[in-house]
Amino acid sequence: MKSNTLILHTAALFIMPLQLMFSVFLLLRGHDEPGGGFIGGLVAASAFVLYAFAFGSEPTRRILRVAPRDLLAAGLLFAIASTIPAFLAGQPMLTAHWWELPLPGGSYLKLSTPLIFDIGVYAAVLGTIMTFVINLMESEE
Amino acid sequence: MLLAVLSGFLLAIVAPALHRVTGRYIGWTLAILPASLTAYFASLIPEVQANGSIVLEYAWLPGLGINLNFLVDGLSLVFALMISGIGTFILIYAGAYLAGHKYLARFFVIMLSFMASMLGLVLSDNLISIFVFWELTSITSYMLIGFNHEDMEARKCALQGLFVTAGGGLVLMAGLILLSIMGDSYSMSEILASDLALHQHAFYTGAVICILAGCFTKSAQVPFHFWLPNAMAAPTPVSAFLHSATMVKAGVYLMARLNPSLGEGELWSQALMLFGAATMFTGAYLAFSSTGIKKVLAYSTIMALGTLTMLIGVGTELALTAFICFLVAHSLYKGALFMIAGALDHETGTKDITRMGGLRRAMPVTTVIACLAALSLAGLPPLFGFIAKELLFESLLDSPLWSAGLTTAAVAAAVLIVGVAGLVAIKPFFGKVANTPKTPHEAPFGMLVGPAVLSVIALVFGLAPFLPEGALLQSAVGSVNGAAVETHLALWHGVNVPLILSIGSLVLGLSLLAGWNRLQPSIYAINTSAARFGPEAGYFRFMEGITVVAAWQTRVLQNGVLGLYLLLLVAVTFGLAGYTLLTKQGITVSLDLTDSHFYEWGIALLLLVAAVFASATHSRLGSVASMGVLGFGVALTFILFSAPDLGITQLLVETLTVILLVLVLFKLPEFVNLSSPFERYRDLAVATFAGVVMTLLILAALDVQYFESISSYYIENSGTLGHGRNIVNVILVDFRALDTLGEIFVLSLAALGVLSMIKLRAEDQYKP
Repeated sequence: MKSNTLILHTAALFIMPLQLMFSVFLLLRGHDEPGGGFIGGLVAASAFVLYAFAFGSEPTRRILRVAPRDLLAAGLLFAIASTIPAFLAGQPMLTAHWWELPLPGGSYLKLSTPLIFDIGVYAAVLGTIMTFVINLMESEE
Repeated sequence: MLLAVLSGFLLAIVAPALHRVTGRYIGWTLAILPASLTAYFASLIPEVQANGSIVLEYAWLPGLGINLNFLVDGLSLVFALMISGIGTFILIYAGAYLAGHKYLARFFVIMLSFMASMLGLVLSDNLISIFVFWELTSITSYMLIGFNHEDMEARKCALQGLFVTAGGGLVLMAGLILLSIMGDSYSMSEILASDLALHQHAFYTGAVICILAGCFTKSAQVPFHFWLPNAMAAPTPVSAFLHSATMVKAGVYLMARLNPSLGEGELWSQALMLFGAATMFTGAYLAFSSTGIKKVLAYSTIMALGTLTMLIGVGTELALTAFICFLVAHSLYKGALFMIAGALDHETGTKDITRMGGLRRAMPVTTVIACLAALSLAGLPPLFGFIAKELLFESLLDSPLWSAGLTTAAVAAAVLIVGVAGLVAIKPFFGKVANTPKTPHEAPFGMLVGPAVLSVIALVFGLAPFLPEGALLQSAVGSVNGAAVETHLALWHGVNVPLILSIGSLVLGLSLLAGWNRLQPSIYAINTSAARFGPEAGYFRFMEGITVVAAWQTRVLQNGVLGLYLLLLVAVTFGLAGYTLLTKQGITVSLDLTDSHFYEWGIALLLLVAAVFASATHSRLGSVASMGVLGFGVALTFILFSAPDLGITQLLVETLTVILLVLVLFKLPEFVNLSSPFERYRDLAVATFAGVVMTLLILAALDVQYFESISSYYIENSGTLGHGRNIVNVILVDFRALDTLGEIFVLSLAALGVLSMIKLRAEDQYKP
């Protein structure tokens, strides 16, 4: 399935990068403001779905670069990987660890295992929806 | 100790690689492990003698109170030595017996795993790990019985063995959990050491019934005995090891282990005596009436298992001494006899005793070993079997309960077993030379060393009973009894009642044997007609019943109509929820609508209209779209009540859901109204009911609070503990991260499920 509307093509090309940037923004700020991995993943998925509606499934696969299933697996691996620091420290599973990296200009970058976990959620959600959408579209063609 | 138990599993992993290196010496190579384990266990003997028992602890799941603790005392050491000692010879034997078999490596993998599981079972101190190892032995036994998996009969027998033993294992688990509640510990040694009067506990009857069901199925007690003879479909090394010397004794082991704790109740001792005696007699009778050499041995194993169970039930110090002696004697001679039977089968090409005869010239060494082992089976001096049998008679004569009945049953069984011993040692080797499918010759060295060593040990133990007694048997009797016991084993007791009973049973047994050829056909006829009503027929009826019920419930409940699934799920869920609400809480409606705004009413109206339209419209697209409106309405409510995270998520999910549904819609056929008006009204009624119950639930939840809300904890700690101001996100990725982890796994599984459904359908279309 693929649309031939010029308006949709043009709009998709402009909107999609914005959506993707917005999804990363939502993911990163999620710990303090509305957002997070789940919402970020959904926004990213809707970006790719928009692209898929405009250009079809094969270009979407190309622009995703990795297979949706691999994205899914990567998400789960990220989530599992976030348990490693707690495991090494002998703490209960998923105990959060925080690191603050000093940045030039006196501010700090907050890094943490919950962030790694959230990235995992992001990728898993994106992978799930893209698996649904791309395969449904392809089975139609 | 941990290494000793697990080394079998480790070696199993590398066994196929080893097989490629060592080739035909694989049996000898692998036997090094059980041999060194035997030496290791033997080295523990002095410590057990000095301390009574050793408990070794390894943490496994400490949070659940499940540890991989090992309890080494006289009883477990006797078993461990039997498993590793006999295992050594079995591996050597199997290397020769199955030489050149294409699945030889696989055989050793399963065999070594079994050995490790069995060691784990007898050495574990924790009830849960006992259960785990118990089931592992059932599973490895299943794979070994069905080792010749191209043979349908073997597969059927394997499945039967698995159903009976694993089914019993599940009941056993219930029993072990009850036991742990009664004893307030999962540790066997703690339960044994505690002075709680378990037989007065409310759970005692239930626990005993469950544990005995497990032990009886595993140890092939009547009426579950039928799986054991069928298990003889396995290659002979398996029968010798699992189905005579070790695995079938697991049930006996557990009963002996628990005897100090549970043995004080009447139910325990009477059930054991009754079932044990029945099994003993049934086994002996069926052994005498069979013609296949492995079947004969299998039934005589059942007889031995019954005897052991009965002796635990009698429970006097003398009976427990007889128990340990009989246990050791039986493992020695039965292991040897099975290996001899395998050698006969291997060299003559038949398992049928009636077709063998006069083999003593062709197989002189085998003849000598068979005679030694059979003498022990028949309970004749100077073998260890004699001491065990004398003790058996003595303890039964001395039994506090049912002495006359038990002694009669035991003597009758002994008469038949003398006949059985003749069947396996005299029939094939003496008399006229019979034509066998293969020209017989002596078995290879690897197949004779095992039975020879075991028989010689039986002879040495018989001549010098103080050797095993001082080393281990006495402390083993002590562990079964729960308190130390002085034993006095001797070959010669003087002329007394047991000796007279022995001589009597020998004479009667020999005369039965002389008439065996004439008796056989009529016994066979009786057994065949009796089998129709036997427990095995019951097993088959039960299995057929399961298929019938499964077919029925698939037709009724799982008929593929999705609407029906949904209807049932909703009706049952809300029926139960509504019932609970009505009985526990009652209906309370306290609505305060004064504080509501017009736009809230507007949203509510929107939701209502969308819901009605979605269910009434005939257009699928319209339905999906109005579902979307419904979702957006809910999202609006979230935003109005200041839950922006939920609102955003809801909006996104709704958008994507509509897109997904639209994608699916294209594949569906034209909308056709298939349901009758009745069905539609029924569905409407159920849906309305669900809605009403849900509404009432929510209204009730406003008023009632069973627990203090956890929200305040999250609000207070999200900044300090979670380093974040967005509480929803902190809960998702930190406080309740494990839940989220589970959810994304479910999500991924759903994705893979959908993927496989789409792919499968797509491939179907390409089929010509």
